[in-house]
Amino acid sequence: MRKFIIRRLLYAIPTLVGVSLITFLISRLAPGDPVRLVTFGATDLTPEAIEAIRKAYGLDRPLPLQYVEWVGKVVTGDFGNSLLYHQNAAKLIFDRVPNTLMLAATALLLQLLIGVPLGVIAALKRGSWIDGVVRLFGVVGHAVPTFWLGLVLIIVFAVQLRILPSQGVLTIGKDQWDIMDRLRHIILPAFVLALAGIANYSRYLRTETLDVINQDYIRTAHAKGLRERTVIAVHALRNALIPVVTALGGILAVLISGSLVIEQVFTWPGVGQLTYQAAIAKDYPVVMAGVMISSILLVVSYLLRDVVYALVDPRIKVG
Amino acid sequence: MEATAARVGTVGDTVPTRRAYAGLWSNAWYRLRHDKLTIAASVILFALIAISLAADVLAENVFAFRFEQQNLLGAYAKPTAEPLAYLFGADELGRSQVVRLLYGGRVSLAVGFLAAFVNLTIGVGVGLLAGYMRGRIDDIITWFITTLNSIPALYLLLIFSALFSPSPLTLIFVIGILFWTGIANFVRGQTFALREREFITAARTIGASHARIMVKHVLPNVLPLIFVLAAIDIGGIILAESALSYLGLGINPPTPSWGNLLSNASSYFVRAWWLVVSPGVMIFLTVLCLYLIGDGLRDALDPRLKGTH
Repeated sequence: MRKFIIRRLLYAIPTLVGVSLITFLISRLAPGDPVRLVTFGATDLTPEAIEAIRKAYGLDRPLPLQYVEWVGKVVTGDFGNSLLYHQNAAKLIFDRVPNTLMLAATALLLQLLIGVPLGVIAALKRGSWIDGVVRLFGVVGHAVPTFWLGLVLIIVFAVQLRILPSQGVLTIGKDQWDIMDRLRHIILPAFVLALAGIANYSRYLRTETLDVINQDYIRTAHAKGLRERTVIAVHALRNALIPVVTALGGILAVLISGSLVIEQVFTWPGVGQLTYQAAIAKDYPVVMAGVMISSILLVVSYLLRDVVYALVDPRIKVG
Repeated sequence: MEATAARVGTVGDTVPTRRAYAGLWSNAWYRLRHDKLTIAASVILFALIAISLAADVLAENVFAFRFEQQNLLGAYAKPTAEPLAYLFGADELGRSQVVRLLYGGRVSLAVGFLAAFVNLTIGVGVGLLAGYMRGRIDDIITWFITTLNSIPALYLLLIFSALFSPSPLTLIFVIGILFWTGIANFVRGQTFALREREFITAARTIGASHARIMVKHVLPNVLPLIFVLAAIDIGGIILAESALSYLGLGINPPTPSWGNLLSNASSYFVRAWWLVVSPGVMIFLTVLCLYLIGDGLRDALDPRLKGTH
């Protein structure tokens, strides 16, 4: 197992090199002279002054050299200072990571808690109206623009009914550890973020369960005289769940990427919201840090997925 | 979306399966005609496209309201049949929501279809190359795809849009060159399998070039399912564009798109919630139809895949 994890970690290195290369190139290919960023568009600079700034920021050197230098700093967590807040850009982003992870984890939990039973029930009641509803939901859940659903839910629950808050992680002035208050804040954004995944899981579980319950070993279990409940819970579900782990990859990507819009809709102080605000303000160090750190989050989640997959599926050779 | 192995049939088992004398397309068409859901989705989608294309005519003759026309007295008007232009209400400047939706549909649909075309061109080309050539070329392409997939999609769009402040045309280009990886992965997998078949070996023995084999022998076998991917891809792009325009980084006013109509409406939703409803419903309806068509096409083209996603 350790060998497997080490090898998998090594695979992640070329990916991260690629991500850093793309991030770097985009920032350098952007129209406009990077010098303007530090001078805030001042027009009365002498050519000598501009040349001095170029030298100071290393912009006069060839691109590959600049990249190596940039990566050298990034590895130590130095993305430069935010042009807006005059603080370490990486630290600004890191401070937001727990909020984003909390939102994504809650959404993932909702997906499993709702999506898995929906799919299994639909498969067991194949052809019934429940099956029809779940199958329709499997498509509808993907087609809803999430940010729009967020707005609609805010209008219904926060503006009209006034039973849930519309923004933030915590009511100002409340105790940090007030779980109920946190729950009330997280439920709407987490549900909206979870929706596509719920649809995905219900679809997956339905086909997998249908596939599994036609297998010989399920017939054997029935023939042994086991109760229906035992057959489903112990024999069928365990095998139907393996592909759920495979689906995790795409779902994690959607969670991290989707949280960017959802955080904006619900004013959720996460990585996405900060990166977005930085992008609007052209605060490049923070944008670069946000993109790199969220990509690292994604790469790490892919890694975890593969490890879980290897643990769950005995057919995968480990080591 | 990845296609998994054959599954048990689910719905529509009553539809007659492959008839011996018919080709792939006529078989697919035969099955499609019996798939009411897919037919309904196609009809709705074509209707949406038609009214968007006819936006000029409809705005002038039916609603008698230009899309940029203002009427401050009608600001925040509730949906009403009198005048017809305020069928879906009016925004903060008294502009007609329904007319702006028509023009917004033009932009959103155009971005979806054109960007998907760019996606497909790149994705199919790259996928064919990687799957057919294998070896070093495949390694490099796979590395590049993994890399692109490791940057959360919206973040990637965000940096591009923030840096280049796109017009509709550049937005099509940006989305087009960023979201082809799923298509490439799919085509690569198919090509990998096809390459081992006898007819490819036969073509090679008679001296066909690699390029000719890829285009004339592999591509036609992959093509049918590409239509499925295209339908789903267009839906995904329309969603991404609307999210981006909502964030103010996609299509910018005064050009209306469904996304920026929502962005505008979200500033006023306490006063006029109905402005939030209609653009969202339009996006939802369009994307839903596209996904249903994608599902229906896949079932029709390859009944073995029925019931997978």
